[in-house]
Amino acid sequence: MSSSSPPVGAASAAISASEKVDGFTRKSVRKAQRQKRSQGSSQFRSQGSQAELHPLPQLKDATSNEQQELFCQKLQQCCILFDFMDSVSDLKSKEIKRATLNELVEYVSTNRGVIVESAYSDIVKMISANIFRTLPPSDNPDFDPEEDEPTLEASWPHIQLVYEFFLRFLESPDFQPSIAKRYIDQKFVQQLLELFDSEDPRERDFLKTVLHRIYGKFLGLRAFIRKQINNIFLRFIYETEHFNGVAELLEILGSIINGFALPLKAEHKQFLMKVLIPMHTAKGLALFHAQLAYCVVQFLEKDTTLTEPVIRGLLKFWPKTCSQKEVMFLGEIEEILDVIEPTQFKKIEEPLFKQISKCVSSSHFQVAERALYFWNNEYILSLIEENIDKILPIMFGSLYKISKEHWNPTIVALVYNVLKTLMEMNGKLFDDLTSSYKAERQREKKKELEREELWKKLEELKLKKALEKQNSAYNMHSILSNTSDE
Amino acid sequence: MAGAAGPGTGPGAAGGDGDDSLYPIAVLIDELRNEDVQLRLNSIKKLSTIALALGVERTRTELLPFLTDTIYDEDEVLLALAEQLGNFTGLVGGPDFAHCLLPPLESLATVEETVVRDKAVESLRQISQEHTPVALEAHFVPLVKRLASGDWFTSRTSACGLFSVCYPRASNAVKAEIRQHFRSLCSDDTPMVRRAAASKLGEFAKVLELDSVKSEIVPLFTNLASDEQDSVRLLAVEACVSIAQLLSQEDLEALVMPTLRQAAEDKSWRVRYMVADKFSELQKAVGPKITLNDLIPAFQNLLKDCEAEVRAAAAHKVKELCENLPAEGRETIIMNQILPFIKELVSDTNQHVKSALASVIMGLSTILGKENTIEHLLPLFLAQLKDECPEVRLNIISNLDCVNEVIGIRQLSQSLLPAIVELAEDAKWRVRLAIIEYMPLLAGQLGMEFFDEKLNSLCMAWLVDHVYAIREAATNNLMKLVQKFGTEWAQNTIVPKVLVMANDPNYLHRMTTLFCINVLSEACGQEITTKQMLPIVLKMAGDQVANVRFNVAKSLQKIGPILDTDALQEEVKPVLQKLGQDEDMDVKYFAQEAISAVAQRLRKLDCSAKASEEPSARGADKNHFLRPRGPGEDTGKAHRERAARAVSEEAVEAARLQTRPSKGPAHQLHGNTRDTLAQLEIAELVHFSQSGD
Repeated sequence: MSSSSPPVGAASAAISASEKVDGFTRKSVRKAQRQKRSQGSSQFRSQGSQAELHPLPQLKDATSNEQQELFCQKLQQCCILFDFMDSVSDLKSKEIKRATLNELVEYVSTNRGVIVESAYSDIVKMISANIFRTLPPSDNPDFDPEEDEPTLEASWPHIQLVYEFFLRFLESPDFQPSIAKRYIDQKFVQQLLELFDSEDPRERDFLKTVLHRIYGKFLGLRAFIRKQINNIFLRFIYETEHFNGVAELLEILGSIINGFALPLKAEHKQFLMKVLIPMHTAKGLALFHAQLAYCVVQFLEKDTTLTEPVIRGLLKFWPKTCSQKEVMFLGEIEEILDVIEPTQFKKIEEPLFKQISKCVSSSHFQVAERALYFWNNEYILSLIEENIDKILPIMFGSLYKISKEHWNPTIVALVYNVLKTLMEMNGKLFDDLTSSYKAERQREKKKELEREELWKKLEELKLKKALEKQNSAYNMHSILSNTSDE
Repeated sequence: MAGAAGPGTGPGAAGGDGDDSLYPIAVLIDELRNEDVQLRLNSIKKLSTIALALGVERTRTELLPFLTDTIYDEDEVLLALAEQLGNFTGLVGGPDFAHCLLPPLESLATVEETVVRDKAVESLRQISQEHTPVALEAHFVPLVKRLASGDWFTSRTSACGLFSVCYPRASNAVKAEIRQHFRSLCSDDTPMVRRAAASKLGEFAKVLELDSVKSEIVPLFTNLASDEQDSVRLLAVEACVSIAQLLSQEDLEALVMPTLRQAAEDKSWRVRYMVADKFSELQKAVGPKITLNDLIPAFQNLLKDCEAEVRAAAAHKVKELCENLPAEGRETIIMNQILPFIKELVSDTNQHVKSALASVIMGLSTILGKENTIEHLLPLFLAQLKDECPEVRLNIISNLDCVNEVIGIRQLSQSLLPAIVELAEDAKWRVRLAIIEYMPLLAGQLGMEFFDEKLNSLCMAWLVDHVYAIREAATNNLMKLVQKFGTEWAQNTIVPKVLVMANDPNYLHRMTTLFCINVLSEACGQEITTKQMLPIVLKMAGDQVANVRFNVAKSLQKIGPILDTDALQEEVKPVLQKLGQDEDMDVKYFAQEAISAVAQRLRKLDCSAKASEEPSARGADKNHFLRPRGPGEDTGKAHRERAARAVSEEAVEAARLQTRPSKGPAHQLHGNTRDTLAQLEIAELVHFSQSGD
């Protein structure tokens, strides 16, 4: 990572004649001109002059009774941090630290019996010193993870090796959680979780594995980890709408949920309903939807009685304007339907198919198409067939209308197939609905008129009451002020 | 659907017995069951109508319980409900019954969605004021306590916002309980709750007795300010402002300053950013002495912080900080302790920092006076005028008036000119737009002579810019310049150049002439308009491009009020009538609009003499509305508004475009809407080719 920030002159010189003409260059074109960026950690300030590192003898050359002390010396040496934003400073020391870290990684992974009790403190200290840092502000405030290049961690050449070392340490057969838990405690985990907000995907990937190992080995920390993830998600949903590591945390949770004992604890159900389901409202859903849907389906496979609240929850948060998200929701519904039990299906078929009927008639063809694809799924088809008396009346109106009105020929063709399938399931009902279609529409219109009429009457009643009130002059001012916005 | 929970029973059943006065609630229930969220929303928004129709007693006994029971709906509906209930006191029978509103609001204060919760808390705060002290203790305080000890974090978060409204009116015993509850929320397990408590800490401190502030609030503040989460710590900085205002200097020094010092050097940049952002408030709260001893050094550190965000936030505060220093010794402090750091920032690596500084630095000149400005600030200004980032240059130029008052603008003009020229030709049209907006200001300060010599040509060049927004801004700029320099100047320098463009081969430039005339005619007055502008406009009525022709019609309508009767009658009217017969429907349309406007103007000028002409003009006018209009749209009204407000033009046009959905895209874009520039030009070209054949 040699470059720190893009040369400004180059960027402005690159403004082409075409930009002069229309003033709007495409975002992607503009982005392409920018170089990959990297950033240093926010902690790196006013550390004063750096101590220069001096190479220590190789571990393999030391005698076995010296080795342990040398190991600790090397760990301490690696606690010293370097400024990678300045690519020319301390080159020699940086190289020494890199080589030392490499040596440490190899040392703990190839030798047995080197992780002795006295080393834990130094090991955790070295890891903490290197990876725990305040993440700097994103230098692109409207960072779009789908389109923008992430800002990479400048000190990666060292940090990567530290993570590597951390993993080997955790995975070593000599590793003893009972000793390590004195150092890898709640505070440590808390700091580790905060790092998941790192913009660097390489770092988040390491963190994911590390946290997974910790969750597996430290039983005492499990509840705490789940609670902290909970808090991170709630903050993400309701406060900041920004956290880079949501997908990674969900991935870990996916495997955690898999291991939940039955019956599910109330805490876990609450997590599903109050955290995972509201998470569907997030703006950047596309970035972690696959992981989220996996978690939800995991829950339903564990406990089928959760199906109804989950589907009702999804219906409550159904996207109103974002078609892209609607397609994702439909995908998730299909995943749920794939594992649904027929008894559960009966409980939610009505509200669910009302929504599907709306999606089918969406003017956005991808939404309509995604919903119509449900009819290609054998299992869903069998569920529909079993409940055709309920579902056909819900779907018929919009299918019939689209077959006449939709702008997109592919959708019309799909709808014809669906109508044909439905007709084959219950021809009689289909014919009844066809013949009553017009009457039904008219009844709806009439109902609409009646509604308006009712409101009008209510308005009159209000006026009448208001007049009475005025006459009795009771509390007049407050009422007027309360209703003045009408 | 969701809103239909618990329907058939309860007050809804009452709707069936035919009693006229009973059906409001039936209507509401029916509507709340509706599948369409919008209808549910509408009925909730008319809740006060229903309540009024029901009367206070039935609102209390039927409507509110019903609402309390059925709260499970889309957040949008809940939001509307929470808002409505805040204004319901009168509808349930006044303050004596205000407590009836608490149960539904309590449920709303526990929902997940933050906006709903916040609105419920807002309504609760409002209603708390309407409670009598007795009712407050009997109903409101228990509610706060229930929320404060709720299971899920949402209710505890909501409780945080309610302490300060009930505390002042509670008895001493209850006060102690309230404080106790607040204390426990400050150390809540959930960071969300601690954040809510921290954000209300300042507000709560203000209503507490001074002793309690010292003995209870300060420890809470200290704890929150060293919370493990930086999102909590930074909120404590905000609370610091309120708390500091309550304490004496000694107490401040002993109780608050250690924490504040620590916050200014927090390891998280977010906390340091907050300190920088709240710096002026902190400065006022702690007073001059602590400012000098503590805040100035802290500020110096913030100005050289390792994070650009923090530096930028601090740079924004430079002027305010200096202004608020005690007048005595201010100059020395600024010169010795602030200015050296500012000099560094002028060449900062981050453009946000530089532009933040550029937006306030000019303000220092009034504080430092002429000599210091020339000696110390001027070099900085000059450096910033040459900055590579246009925003920095713009910020300097936009604040020139501050410097002008102190040293006069001449000192800068040598550097100013290249900077302006460069910005005027910037590749980004938004930058060009920004500099145009400062032109009238610059013209005023540089004077007519300098302007004519150096800047006039720029102003004219913008008129033929390839971006419509720039051309439009340039025409408005001309008007402002004329207002500043007078009509004589306009006649000599601007008008001839504008009128020459009427013969330009590019129809867009010809239209610019018309747009200029639209805005200049008023500033220039009747004589110039009639003698110089009108003939050109009339001549352009024969243009081969329809867009030009219908803009002629629009211009004639626009300058009509400035012309006298003769000109209108003899020259304008015949041309408009000819345009009224144009082959292009849009030209016809605008000609008719103009004809009726002119007719009205004539009628006003000479109602008795020309009375006979008016009906025919009106009649013709009506017959010529060939295309369908929006229902109920009164054309007479539309054009009256048009004459009154130039801006409404676009709105009317937009409405007009909407009423003709059947037409092809080329025609839809035919109208001259100003916002989509590139698109517009394409559309105009399309039309051009159409009218060519």
